[in-house]
Amino acid sequence: MSWAPGRLAARWAAIAAVVVLWQVWARHQGSSFFPPPSAIADRMYQQWFSGPASHLFLTPDGVGNVLPSLGRIAAGLAIAVAVGGVAGVAIGRSVALSGYLDPLLQFARALPAVTLVPVFIALFRLGTEMEVATIAFGTVWPILLNTIDGARSVDPVQMETARAFRLPGWQRLTKLIIPATMPRFFAGLRLSVSLALVLMVFAELAGSSNGIGYEMNNAESSFDMTWVWATIVLLALLGNAFNLLEQAVEHRMLGWHRGARGRMP
Amino acid sequence: MSGVAGPADRNGSGWSIAGWARGVGGVAVFLLAAEAFGRAGVINRAVLPLASTVLARAAGLAVSGQFLADVAATIGAWALGLAIAVVVAVPAGVVLGSLPGVRAATRAMVEFLRPIPSVALIVLVGLILGPGLRMNVTLIVYAAIWPVLFNTIYGLDDVDPVARETLRAFGFGRFGVITLVDLPSASPFIATGIRLASSIAIILNISTGYLTGRISGNGIGAFIAEANTGAGNTSLVLAAALWAGLLGLAANAALVWGERRVLRWHHSYSLEPA
Amino acid sequence: MTGTAMLEITGLTHAFGPGAGHPALDGVTLTIGEGEMVSIVGPSGCGKSTLLRCVAGLIRPTGGSVVLRGAPVDAVPDGLAVVFQDYSRSLFPWLSVRDNVALPLRRTQQGRAQRQATALDALGTVGLTDIAQKYPWQLSGGMQQRVAIARALACDPVLLLMDEPFGSVDAQTREDLEDLILAVRQDSRMTILMVTHDIDESVYVGDRVIVLTPGPARVRADLRVDLPAPRDQIATKALPGFVHLRTEVSRLVRGQPGDAGGRGSAGGTGRSAPGDDSRDRNRSRAARASQA
Repeated sequence: MSWAPGRLAARWAAIAAVVVLWQVWARHQGSSFFPPPSAIADRMYQQWFSGPASHLFLTPDGVGNVLPSLGRIAAGLAIAVAVGGVAGVAIGRSVALSGYLDPLLQFARALPAVTLVPVFIALFRLGTEMEVATIAFGTVWPILLNTIDGARSVDPVQMETARAFRLPGWQRLTKLIIPATMPRFFAGLRLSVSLALVLMVFAELAGSSNGIGYEMNNAESSFDMTWVWATIVLLALLGNAFNLLEQAVEHRMLGWHRGARGRMP
Repeated sequence: MSGVAGPADRNGSGWSIAGWARGVGGVAVFLLAAEAFGRAGVINRAVLPLASTVLARAAGLAVSGQFLADVAATIGAWALGLAIAVVVAVPAGVVLGSLPGVRAATRAMVEFLRPIPSVALIVLVGLILGPGLRMNVTLIVYAAIWPVLFNTIYGLDDVDPVARETLRAFGFGRFGVITLVDLPSASPFIATGIRLASSIAIILNISTGYLTGRISGNGIGAFIAEANTGAGNTSLVLAAALWAGLLGLAANAALVWGERRVLRWHHSYSLEPA
Repeated sequence: MTGTAMLEITGLTHAFGPGAGHPALDGVTLTIGEGEMVSIVGPSGCGKSTLLRCVAGLIRPTGGSVVLRGAPVDAVPDGLAVVFQDYSRSLFPWLSVRDNVALPLRRTQQGRAQRQATALDALGTVGLTDIAQKYPWQLSGGMQQRVAIARALACDPVLLLMDEPFGSVDAQTREDLEDLILAVRQDSRMTILMVTHDIDESVYVGDRVIVLTPGPARVRADLRVDLPAPRDQIATKALPGFVHLRTEVSRLVRGQPGDAGGRGSAGGTGRSAPGDDSRDRNRSRAARASQA
């Protein structure tokens, strides 16, 4: 992604054009279903971002809703990364285990996490635990399956080299297997990050007492379209921010991989 | 579907007899372990029922009129939404793929919209269109368009220029090249995009049904929402979720089967040695 | 009997890139009569393929003109067929052999059954009717190139262009394919323009050999091939006339001064005038007639 100012401007031209057209149309004709962007931006500011600097400019609403949602995503992803990463490597390196578990994993992966939200609601009651469980359960699959794939396909020549140099098992793991698995792991992580956002919203819409989804429910019951749109824009911003963050981390950790593949860092 | 290909399989399905046996064995072991775990009474059975209870419930659902109607409704909405999405996304992909200016201009917008979870739009579309089939299908179409669109564009990027030039050398124009070279060449990519869109479509349909409830018509989601209200109905919910998962697998298998038929050349091509 | 000019290339110039850019052709002029088999050779990268593409209408040259049967070539003209070097990328993997051969016929008014029949005929010409149902990737390289040739023949072209058609197959197969082209031409009297880097091939197959300079290309020499027909891989290549010619061509390609005069060549270096062609053709036709 190039950061040259001219290129950046050109890229955002289409978005800017849409926003401007929408604004003009909304002012002239408009529909209550599509409030003007200015109203949406204003609402976002009022709702979440007009707080004191000490609170990261967040309003009490922002602190009470946005932060918990983010926290749950973080917690769920952390569990998924830990479980998926460790189990992924273990299963990937064991031919027998992969053979037995593969179909089970494929089926479990096909099971939509959203269908289990009611199950989790029953298990954990409505609330944070339910949501974190949902996110963790849903996001573990891309990470797990991709990590298995990566661990399974460590270059046998490299493994042989490691053995020939009598590297102890532990070092083989940390210095060879784990780094070799990283690219696939990150491929799974990328999918999981966007999935986490989806599950957070869904779990909260299904039933929660705070959070972005909870706000959306309120907005829906009050037929407050501007509020609904504001939430959607917020989610778009968050989603993009997560992706950028994930890319930055990946970029940092996989520099060697890009070089080896002959790509420019 | 990484890691599914079993050892040396001739028919190209990715499975061998030994692979199947191991797989079934794995599922069986899991179920037995779950049953044993449940019977040991570690968790309250009202909260997490026995595996056998859930399976029994699942069998019951297979003959339940209401559930079958719900399954049919889900399949119907899925098929309709997916079809519309394909009909819109493939030509759009062709246009975007062939006009680099348009593609560059819309790229930032598309990248910005991509992370918006479709479930978040349930509320918006619900308010605008009101609950019902129209809302359901609209959401499915929106979500399913993206994978098909992107994969169409990637597929078109991948078309061999020699193939294009060959057809041009025989005097065919732009339209001829697109229909006779670009689309067939890109079809494996498009097929993958359709499979991705398919699973997204099912998930979205069930989510929408669950959140809006029976008022929006039949569907597995509505069924689960109703089932969830009763106490001790967790086994029912789990059974329904089981069927939903199987439905997803079946849909995927159906698409793979269709893909194999239409893209016979591609599958044998990539599996047979040169 | 004077030959009618099938193809007239005059002062053809082409440069890639903006401005002067990378010049590929620098004023190529030559005339090809109906029914001639012309080989074009030159050092690597001299612009042979660019020349062919300009003739085929795939590239619009930056200067000069190409006239096919009296009509200037603007876009891809009718009556033309091309065989590319890279058959694996030029044949379509999603079509069977027969469908591949029949594909260009879609532009004609023929119905599906007729297209398929024509395709089968063309496959018969190259001796491949029994694999009509197979897919290209199931065939060897030589067979794939035969299919590509059949595809070109199915269109019944007046001018067949071949861009290093046998460069990607092994030597044995190359000889078989060269003989195939000769046989096809024997039956149809098609005009064929073949670009090749193989000097032996250019002399063996052609009635004329055009030697290009290194890029940007011009015509360096236009040699008449005065060897008897039918050609034979072993007998013809043993003839002193063949050896002399291919040595001559070899020298010219490498930029060494050629032999002026000598048996089997006419005009030496430089461009041949239309009058010379007809005289030479008469001479070589007589020579051929005097053989068995």
